Amino acid sequence: MSAVVVPAAVVETPWQRFRRQFAESRLALIGLALLVVVVAIALLAPWIAPQNPYDLAKLDLLDARLPPGATAADGMTYWLGTDGQGRDMLSAILYGLRVSLYVGIASGVIALTLGAVIGVLAAYLGGRFEQIVMRIVDIQLGFPAILVALILLAVLGKGVDKIIIALVTVQWAYYARTARSAALVERHKEYIEAARALGLGAWRIVLRHLLPNSLPPLIVVGTVQVAHAIALEATLSFLGLGLPPTEPSLGLLIANGYEVLMSGKYWISVYPGVALLLTILAINLVGDQLRDVLNPRLSR
Amino acid sequence: MTVFVLRRLVQTLLVLLITSVLVFGGLFMIGDPVEILVNPSADQIEKERATKALGLDKPLHEQYVGFLRGALSGNLGNSFVYARPALEVIFERMPATLELAFLAMVIAVVLGIPLGLYAGLRPHSPLAKTIMAGSILGFSLPTFWVGLILILVFAVTLGWLPSTGRGPTTNVFGLQLSIFNWDGLRYALLPAINLALFKLSLIIRLTRAQVREQSLLDYIKFARAKGLSNTRVIGVHLLKNILIPLVTVVGLELGSVIAFAVVTETIFAWPGMGKLVIDSIFQLDRPVVVAYLLVVVFMFILINLVVDILYSVLDPRVRLSEVKG
Repeated sequence: MSAVVVPAAVVETPWQRFRRQFAESRLALIGLALLVVVVAIALLAPWIAPQNPYDLAKLDLLDARLPPGATAADGMTYWLGTDGQGRDMLSAILYGLRVSLYVGIASGVIALTLGAVIGVLAAYLGGRFEQIVMRIVDIQLGFPAILVALILLAVLGKGVDKIIIALVTVQWAYYARTARSAALVERHKEYIEAARALGLGAWRIVLRHLLPNSLPPLIVVGTVQVAHAIALEATLSFLGLGLPPTEPSLGLLIANGYEVLMSGKYWISVYPGVALLLTILAINLVGDQLRDVLNPRLSR
Repeated sequence: MTVFVLRRLVQTLLVLLITSVLVFGGLFMIGDPVEILVNPSADQIEKERATKALGLDKPLHEQYVGFLRGALSGNLGNSFVYARPALEVIFERMPATLELAFLAMVIAVVLGIPLGLYAGLRPHSPLAKTIMAGSILGFSLPTFWVGLILILVFAVTLGWLPSTGRGPTTNVFGLQLSIFNWDGLRYALLPAINLALFKLSLIIRLTRAQVREQSLLDYIKFARAKGLSNTRVIGVHLLKNILIPLVTVVGLELGSVIAFAVVTETIFAWPGMGKLVIDSIFQLDRPVVVAYLLVVVFMFILINLVVDILYSVLDPRVRLSEVKG
């Protein structure tokens, strides 16, 4: 009965080690928790928002620009006030968060895929292809993202798809550069030589062997870039070049409040900004710790 | 060195040419500037006359060739809105943007290096942790939103500083600058702080990372072993070595500050070239947009070149002939 518990030799799987190292920073855990909450809110917006901000029939212009805490005619409380069209700010923010996150993540995933394949391919093939790709990357990274996106959107016009195109265009180069340098390191390792010796095709080696092993630095760049993309989309929408008013992201909500800011009606701009800040902050906190944990140079 | 600069110049021309083709082609696909420019009640004949006057009736490639021919003699076309050479309109606004960018960079460097130095030398002190947490916050704050908050707090609520516009200017070597008189500086302060915040965070983090890396190296240990004072080790030996990457970043970021001024200038109604280009995009004033981009691209390339040369001066190990041109 009284069995002595013999501790099994503790062998940490890589995943366990990753989790332990990540949890070492309390700030990162707070960021992760915040991120989970933000994503959950964005996903659940239609069910938890007090009002459907897109349903014009529900809006009452008499309720326009009410301060936070005001009560509507039908007894509903506007906890964060209303905007110029009598829209409940809390609901508008929940829906806006959805749009912002969708645009940021979608553009990030597309840019990562595109950039990673191009970057790894450049490292694997070398030669002319690598030279041309890296020159384009260099030139593009020489220009600030905002400028490139600004001009692209001026040409393309407004729309969710268009802003995603613009964001992918300004982001792919970061991923391509990261993927190439990661793959250059991996390329000379034995398992790649073994794969080659087995006579595997170039695509198979690139996609099944090089790419997965080049992923950690890409994930780090990815988190930072998604935060950037969300901020950039908000900025462009604020300037009037991003999303159409029918799908207000957080940036557009902030822009709507800009005109009345001077008269002290702060809530229309401030609260969507807080939501934006918390989202970006959460991603950055997680990304910061990921960089430390996944960085092979920091021996731990 | 000469070869290096020459090669860069050829490359610059190539990049400018490609930029002009892309932007020219892209912009000329969108909208009809005539619709915006002429009186709404204008009839078809008037519109056609305006189209002809702007040269928009010709096919795209002819328009581009005309543009190139003008560009060779330093004329990037006339602004549709201002009916003056686009370059002239841009150069008029340039000092406002440059002084804003310069002021922002000064704020970022003057605050960022000491804060980063402290955070790097005493990484475990509470103050250092506060600084680093602040820098993550600085990274996460969307610039345009911070601008609004600054206006809300310092202009609307406290009433300390003016919210928008540019103050009185003084003539400095023929340039109209506002930062050399107190009243003008007051107007520049909020937009400059707004613009500086992101770069401040960047410089803090970079300085800290450099300090932590360099402090472990032998030359610092050796300097300490020689019995040099702490001030001298940090102020001379350490600072000199962390300056090299800092100069690069500060130089390169100057370009991005000029680009990001687009946002800050819009918020603070600062009459610089950033606000000009946003207005021009909405008014379909194509020549101004094209000229702005070419000017900015040229400035970037120039900044990059200066940074590369400075780099080789600061760090004798770097040979320009080896730097990829």
